[in-house]
Amino acid sequence: MEKFTRLTGRVAPLNRANVDTDQIIPKQFLKRIERTGFGEFAFFDWRYLEDGVPNPDFILNEARYQGASILVAGRNFGSGSSREHAPWALNEMGFRAIIAPSFADIFRNNCMQNGMVPIVLSQNQVDHIMGNALKGVGYEVTVDLEAQTVSDAEGFSASFEFDSFRRNSLMKGLDDIGITLQNSDAIDEFESARAARW
Amino acid sequence: MPKTMFEKIWDTHLVAEPEGEPAILYIDLHLVHEVTSPQAFEGLRLTGRKVRRPDLTISTVDHNVPTDETRTEVIKDPIARQQVEALRQNCTDFGVTLYDVDSSAQGIVHVIGPEQGYTQPGMTIVCGDSHTSTHGAFGSLAFGIGTSEVEHVLATQTLRQRTPKTMEVRFNGELPVGVSAKDMILATIGQMGTAGGTGHVIEYTGEAIRDLNMEGRMTICNMTIEGGARAGMIAPDDTTFKWMRGRKFVPQGDDFDAAAAEWSQIVTDDGAEYDTLVEIDCESLEPFISWGTNPGQVARVSESVPGPDDFDDPAEQESAERALEYMALDAGTAMQDIRLDRVFIGSCTNARLEDLRAAASIIQGKRVAEGVRAQVMPGSTLTKWAAEKEGISEIFKDAGFEWRESGCSMCLGMNPDILVPGERCASTSNRNFEGRQGKGGRTHLVSPEMAAAAAIAGHFVDVRDWD
Ligand code: SF4
Repeated sequence: MEKFTRLTGRVAPLNRANVDTDQIIPKQFLKRIERTGFGEFAFFDWRYLEDGVPNPDFILNEARYQGASILVAGRNFGSGSSREHAPWALNEMGFRAIIAPSFADIFRNNCMQNGMVPIVLSQNQVDHIMGNALKGVGYEVTVDLEAQTVSDAEGFSASFEFDSFRRNSLMKGLDDIGITLQNSDAIDEFESARAARW
Repeated sequence: MPKTMFEKIWDTHLVAEPEGEPAILYIDLHLVHEVTSPQAFEGLRLTGRKVRRPDLTISTVDHNVPTDETRTEVIKDPIARQQVEALRQNCTDFGVTLYDVDSSAQGIVHVIGPEQGYTQPGMTIVCGDSHTSTHGAFGSLAFGIGTSEVEHVLATQTLRQRTPKTMEVRFNGELPVGVSAKDMILATIGQMGTAGGTGHVIEYTGEAIRDLNMEGRMTICNMTIEGGARAGMIAPDDTTFKWMRGRKFVPQGDDFDAAAAEWSQIVTDDGAEYDTLVEIDCESLEPFISWGTNPGQVARVSESVPGPDDFDDPAEQESAERALEYMALDAGTAMQDIRLDRVFIGSCTNARLEDLRAAASIIQGKRVAEGVRAQVMPGSTLTKWAAEKEGISEIFKDAGFEWRESGCSMCLGMNPDILVPGERCASTSNRNFEGRQGKGGRTHLVSPEMAAAAAIAGHFVDVRDWD
């Protein structure tokens, strides 16, 4: 897994609540058997017009948000299906951190399995970042996972909570399976205790 | 100390709780399907790992298989075919049981688990699918997981989890006639919102839950994820055991009685506490219909489509405005005046035998309205056969419904069964997201009875007045 420690990047705003995983990556694109190749289909129904040209009315298509690596969105982001294709698609679109007032549980978990950082800030703090991203051109924030802060060059700074285990895995780029397998003995013991009982 | 049902299952599945890390929870049953598993098996290959317990891993093809008579042939869509073929190869390579399209045990993963008797009280169950919560209807702890976690479970037979919070959703009073389990859960999500359950495992309690059959309980647990919760569960009782007895993979004969005696202990103790309580007044419930683009946007059949002004919260107002535009609905339109192009009876929410019986009882001797295309996709191949044996399929066909093979089908439109832009569908499934059933398609979530009646009338009607 790719490491994440600190990232300064352009912010792209998606000012909607309850953006579901069917929107992030519609089902017709779930048929690949690789982890890659989903980025161009992210937000497909919003992002493209009938004939496949980019929809000029979709905010993430605006020139000023190209190259953004941080997405700011409304509450309950990523609700719906467990498809990990959603974070894969966002990652490939270039987003490494997502800031929202709240996330759906499975989506949030899936992000952290892919080196991406879902950050919960208060509605006011999200509104502040959203407002700046909507207003200006090239608005950037810095996400510091070590310090657990989001800040900008104009003096805004907000701290966020983050699961200590996940934070450590993200900062070191560790994947869960390796860590769990350090407990192989405990799994073996658990299994033999059960086998004895049943 | 008195414990909740959740705590009992959690505690007996704890393998380890390393300092500062999420718990390592043992998984009793891992269900696998073609869409969320290929990358997980590929991960095992890349790291040279095996499936630790192929005997606790079961797979089927459901999400993108065709539901017409061509299903046992080569799938026409080359990318879907690749996915199904990848699952076949993976199951062969890693020694996992696969119920393929030609198996009687094939079906939607959340229908076949219980049907075959894999799903049992007290178990931990996972699947790379959010509606895994369905299995909680048997008093198990069942989570939907992502593909990285699928790989984790394949490799270790465990899952890393922080302890979730617990919530009791208590249904007070008796359910009125003509109101179904689907209405109970739509009402609940409408009340608590699509994020109301975030971070929680829900236990559904109350007289109305005890009175429900297993199909109804599965419908409720199934849609738990639509309220944002990780898992939903219902205490096992005689209804549970009666439904399970004799199924293929449950203990047989006296062993079943012994197992049932143990299972009856997996209930919340008197005095155990939940972190959160939500109460639903059953007596005031009616049939519900979703009007918007998330499962919290629901109205009673006697009501009208709400407008943005009916909501206090600015985000909800904005959401309602966007939803009404997408759904092409005007605020103030009576729900019963909404006309339909399509009717879909299917999905892991409402395509079991009881659901099909309920829908059939509504349409017997009647005809689908002019201009409406109505389809039934049974939840599993066995369900389909059972319905055919009972003559239910004939009732559907005589009424003008298409009677198809089992699979997820129009629930998510990954196979050729989709809505075309602008089509409006009464659907017994669980998600009404934009484009869920096909780009530009408009989905209204309802019970099987409501969907069946709507197919006949061509618009929504109140099944309580149906004769
Ligand atoms: S029927 Fe629908 S909700 Fe259920 S598993 Fe299939 S796609 Fe998912």
